[in-house]
Amino acid sequence: MFAVDTLMAARYQMALSLGFHIVLSCFGVAFPFLIYLMHRRGLKQNDADALTLARRWSKVAAVLFAVGAVSGTILSFEMGLLWPGLMSTYGDVIGLPFALEGIAFFLEAVFLGIYLYGWDRLPPSVHLKTLIPIMVSGAFGTFCIMAVNAWMNAPTGFTLENGQVTDVDPLAAMFNSAVWGMALHMFVAAYMVVGFIVAGVYAFAIRKGRDDRRHRMGLRYALAIAGVAAVVQPVVGHFSGLRLADEQPSKLAAMELATETETRAPLRIGGVLIDGEVVGAIEIPVLGSILAGNSPNAEIPGLDQLTPETTPPVNIVHLSFQTMIGIGTLLAAFSVWFWWRERRQRSLIDSPRTLGFVSISGVLAVVALQTGWITTEVGRQPWIAYEVMTVDEAVTTNSNVWITLTATIVVYTAMGIAAFAVIRSMSSRWRRGEADALPSPYSPDMVVR
Amino acid sequence: MSLVDVVAALMFVGVVAYGVFGGADYGSGMWDLLAGNAEHGAALRTQVDHSIGPVWEANHVWLVYVLVFMWSAFPTGFAAVMNTLWVPWMLVGLGIVLRGSGFAFRKFSENLRWARVFGGAFALSSFITPFFLGMIAGAIASGRVTIDGTSDVSVWTGPTSWVGGILAVGTAAYLAAVYLAADARRAGHDELADYCAKRGMVSGSITGVIALAAVPLLTNDAETLTGRLQGRAAPLAVIAAVSGFGAIVLLYRKKYSLARVGATVAVGTVLLGWGVAQWPDFLIDHATLDDVAGARPTQVALVVVFGLAAITAVPALVWLLYLVNRKEQSLQS
Repeated sequence: MFAVDTLMAARYQMALSLGFHIVLSCFGVAFPFLIYLMHRRGLKQNDADALTLARRWSKVAAVLFAVGAVSGTILSFEMGLLWPGLMSTYGDVIGLPFALEGIAFFLEAVFLGIYLYGWDRLPPSVHLKTLIPIMVSGAFGTFCIMAVNAWMNAPTGFTLENGQVTDVDPLAAMFNSAVWGMALHMFVAAYMVVGFIVAGVYAFAIRKGRDDRRHRMGLRYALAIAGVAAVVQPVVGHFSGLRLADEQPSKLAAMELATETETRAPLRIGGVLIDGEVVGAIEIPVLGSILAGNSPNAEIPGLDQLTPETTPPVNIVHLSFQTMIGIGTLLAAFSVWFWWRERRQRSLIDSPRTLGFVSISGVLAVVALQTGWITTEVGRQPWIAYEVMTVDEAVTTNSNVWITLTATIVVYTAMGIAAFAVIRSMSSRWRRGEADALPSPYSPDMVVR
Repeated sequence: MSLVDVVAALMFVGVVAYGVFGGADYGSGMWDLLAGNAEHGAALRTQVDHSIGPVWEANHVWLVYVLVFMWSAFPTGFAAVMNTLWVPWMLVGLGIVLRGSGFAFRKFSENLRWARVFGGAFALSSFITPFFLGMIAGAIASGRVTIDGTSDVSVWTGPTSWVGGILAVGTAAYLAAVYLAADARRAGHDELADYCAKRGMVSGSITGVIALAAVPLLTNDAETLTGRLQGRAAPLAVIAAVSGFGAIVLLYRKKYSLARVGATVAVGTVLLGWGVAQWPDFLIDHATLDDVAGARPTQVALVVVFGLAAITAVPALVWLLYLVNRKEQSLQS
């Protein structure tokens, strides 16, 4: 038998269920906007293809939203099941954004229900507008959830007196110093993920020979929102990271693979830390200080400021961070190039190589999302709330977390595969020109004898 | 009433709402499972899709609402409830995942075989989830959950937990049958409506009998709770009994819309009765609401959030329900 460390099991379970949910919540946040643009085109230009696309996308959104709803509920369970130490001590400090997110989610659910039911039933202009509350509550929900995560990185809104939490100020906790940067970074990431995944699906199909007006339109619209987001994202990320040097030096040191605190710090591309030595990094002088501190003379904190107990797993953080940066830069550069060429000459959609790249861009965007998330979460270790409570203090004393971890792995794998299979079967049914759903669940028409 | 009491009451609004609306959604899954083969069950399953499809996610938010209120307003109590009852919570979580994804996937699955798999997951988990939620309620109500207590199986497998689990399944089935009967009637499917009404009468009667039969058991096992149920919560118990019985009579007389009101009041007052009997405890016999209450400013914030929810979410929900019902009328004509 093998011994499973409760803390590691809890962290893996949280990482898995959050990593799963985060992709779905991207669709909850950004997909409605894409649908809105397409639906609006359909109405304004009397474009039947655009309306068909919007309608089909809304069906896909409904399936993804359902999976997001249940995986989000599991997260609220896990806050208590895995991290009772955090919740019993700070549950009231961070409760407000969670409660507000509840409203946001409720509104999103209700208006998505209205939008889906509104096809052919609401006046077209009213129907289109029902997407707006979905987009707004998606953005607001992002802000609320990121407020909690930002609080974990920059805990505030309370006073600690002899280990007792007093002077709780839920608004101050919610509007902590990290919230705006992190929330915006996540919001833009959602648009990147959705844009590149949707574009990737159409690029893949066009390459397979399903080249028609709808596929091209879907690809261009998705790539447009993805492109804007990809170009904006490095700027947002940069400003979000600026607080780290002062407020969270341990995370920045790990991200930058900085062993010593220094000004005019180099940028280290690649490389790993082995026995306290940086091995295999390409160093570009001074660029590290410029990027992380906006000035060549900015002081970049190093691992030398930390004790072994307060040092995050450096290599994971550094490599995740640079994977995110690398992919983000690639996607931003590609977007600029694509739209520049698109304006000047024959469409790049005719180039198999471009289509090939777009096909995998969705996967790349998800990898960037996950590595970014790993950077911020693992980079915060060993703290669950920075310099206030460690994950070790927060984790459950239950020694059976490996059971729930195993169940989570099995169930989420099955749910992921099933969601993919179901959306694929929707799309193949559309291709065959059939209705999007089975005639009715278990309908006799479908009975296979 | 102190601020803590107000917040506890607002939290319990969520328990009642989830019990009624979420309960009806779960119950629909139960009838879906029992509807017979593909040919025989098609009408009911189609009705289930129509009735819960647009609303189940919103109804489900009530559970998240209760959890968030719990950890924000009563943080140590929340941690105790999660720690000691982790097994049933895990099973509830599993049920929620399978129910929601199974339901969403079924409609769009590739063929009938897969629709059966997803539908089966949806329907089976519609039993599991309310059952274990009922067991959790029973564990708290019988005073077995302590602040730093054990997570031993005995905490949630006492007599009151079994009664709670069975009653949760029974009431969900009853509510769903009545709701489906009313929905089917409005959609003009009279035969289906009668089919559902019959199931409502049977499940309602069985649940009522079980509830009565369980009284001696509960008196023994959950003394504090039953004492308060017979005292200050007695009027609610009477309302529950009268409206529950009344709803069954209305079903018999084929007045399905009125029966829906009766069934809602019956189940709502049962849950409310539990809430009244819980007060002033969070964990019966072990911790009062004040013992586990968190910071006061957060409690104030939660009251404000509730107000915000009332002015934003409720009108939106009313519009959705109006639309869905209007749609069914237009199909009829």
